[in-house]
Amino acid sequence: MIIEGKALKFGEDINTDLIFPGRYLTLTKPEELAKCAMVGTDPAFPEKVKSYGVVVTGRNFGCGSSREHAPRALKYAGVKCILAESFARIFFRNAINIGLPILECRGVHSAVNEGDLLVIDMKKGVVEDHSTGKTLKAKPFPNFLIKIIDNGGLVEHINAEVKQR
Amino acid sequence: MTQGVCITKKILARSAGRELVESGDFIEAKIDAVMVNDLTGVLAIDSFDKLKEKRIWDPNRVVIVLDHLIPPDSVNSAELQRRLRRFAAEHKIIHFYDVGWGGICHQILAEKGHIRPGCVVVGADSHTCTGGAFGAFATGVGSTDVAAVFATGSLWLKIPEVMRLNFEGSFKEYVLPKDLILHIAGTLGQDVANYMSLEFTGSPIEGMSLGGKMTLCNMAVEVGAKSGIIEPDEKTLNYVSSRTQTGFTPVHSDPDAVYEHQREFNVNDLEPQVAVPHRVENVKPVDEVGNVEIDQAFIGSCTNGRLEDLEIAARILRGKKVKQGVRLIVIPASQEIYREALKGGIAQTLTEAGAYFAPSTCGPCLGGHYGLLADGEVCISATNRNFQGRMGSPKSKVYLASPATVAASALQGKITNPKDVLT
Repeated sequence: MIIEGKALKFGEDINTDLIFPGRYLTLTKPEELAKCAMVGTDPAFPEKVKSYGVVVTGRNFGCGSSREHAPRALKYAGVKCILAESFARIFFRNAINIGLPILECRGVHSAVNEGDLLVIDMKKGVVEDHSTGKTLKAKPFPNFLIKIIDNGGLVEHINAEVKQR
Repeated sequence: MTQGVCITKKILARSAGRELVESGDFIEAKIDAVMVNDLTGVLAIDSFDKLKEKRIWDPNRVVIVLDHLIPPDSVNSAELQRRLRRFAAEHKIIHFYDVGWGGICHQILAEKGHIRPGCVVVGADSHTCTGGAFGAFATGVGSTDVAAVFATGSLWLKIPEVMRLNFEGSFKEYVLPKDLILHIAGTLGQDVANYMSLEFTGSPIEGMSLGGKMTLCNMAVEVGAKSGIIEPDEKTLNYVSSRTQTGFTPVHSDPDAVYEHQREFNVNDLEPQVAVPHRVENVKPVDEVGNVEIDQAFIGSCTNGRLEDLEIAARILRGKKVKQGVRLIVIPASQEIYREALKGGIAQTLTEAGAYFAPSTCGPCLGGHYGLLADGEVCISATNRNFQGRMGSPKSKVYLASPATVAASALQGKITNPKDVLT
């Protein structure tokens, strides 16, 4: 899968209360979740992200709560991929499970400028910055996770396995 | 010669039906209990509805707890709770803890015997790691994870590297387990244990109450950890046996267990700790926080809403009054604790001092209800997160501390060392 988009940057330790504030946790519909994405840190995000597409962030993205509302809101708002120095572990699982493309990519936060045009090869784990000409290599996913990612998420993965049996 | 194995890897190996597991292995772990609450449950149902498997693998291993927004604070949350109530009835889930019958999910998992030594428990709430206090592998997961467990009874897990945190020395009288875990967060930082599991060992840990051990394991996630665990002792086994008829097989670390990471701490000189806004790792000894006046003080949550937490607050506030202009809110972690506090006079003492004492709910901890903060307000809170906007306005400030420090601060109207008010 090849993903193209412009970089929208955030700092480190972006927690789930910033991604999806607690006061919205009774919402469940995709269009409602989309409107709350990142509003704890940038109320303009749900509009802004449409012209960017790729979130580039520092260490420990998604730390805090297990709320799956956080990755779902980002996905429904139109985030095509998140590139981070590292992810907090529950956010990492949630993103894989719901089919939101993410890559852990050391050095990405300093190498990429806001607005840079990025072309991301998810399979190879390669990020090309077409604005600067730089190429970055992401941490490869283990085979186990590639199967879930290829199926489009955990629900689809389990359904595919049931079919095989 | 084979190397010694720690409790975490032994439990996970057993759950995968394997002799041995190595860090980095992926396993399909058999799950002993799975939990959702009123805020994560409906997303789990949504994912479950998309699965071809329509039956729950074992309804007796499913625990649903309404806790975050109870009683419902809005029509929306009333709808969520009704959906969960109907789901439980439809799938014959008997461990459904409705408003008034339970309390905060992590406390309920323990009180009702769903957490047992040697078990693997997952919950769609990040503080599920609290259960490690009972020698179980307990970890927070997402709602889709829970749906997968509903259908299959198992879940993918990566075997974590394990960090042993070993302690020696003895605590000062006014220093509590909360101060220790804040000190750990301050020393190690909030992502040091990302993708890892923690194991707490040493005599200060062995000497802790089960409630204290729960406080410690509860905040393992605040340093990024997948789980925190303490080997079960006699006290733990007796507690769990008194709470469930279900059998269990405790697991212990080998004496020569190998750990990928190890840190040593001495608690002799530890003073009460405070995490200042807006990071859990921004930790200072209380005497170095400076003059911070407060608007609200909160004792409660899965971190510090247990009877011993309420007791120390009552001890500090007995016969005294909360400083005028400060709201003290106290919310027990379960209805059982609420009843104990009513019976033993703690509720009387606290309310006479001016505290607002409410039945069990997560309440203001996550910015739900029962005490949100206005612009510019300051709260000292015996909870687990001080993220910006966590308890209300993004312009409010939350300081984390032990229940003793919170009670002392409520009395003085500013952040106060409990040593100064305990006589």
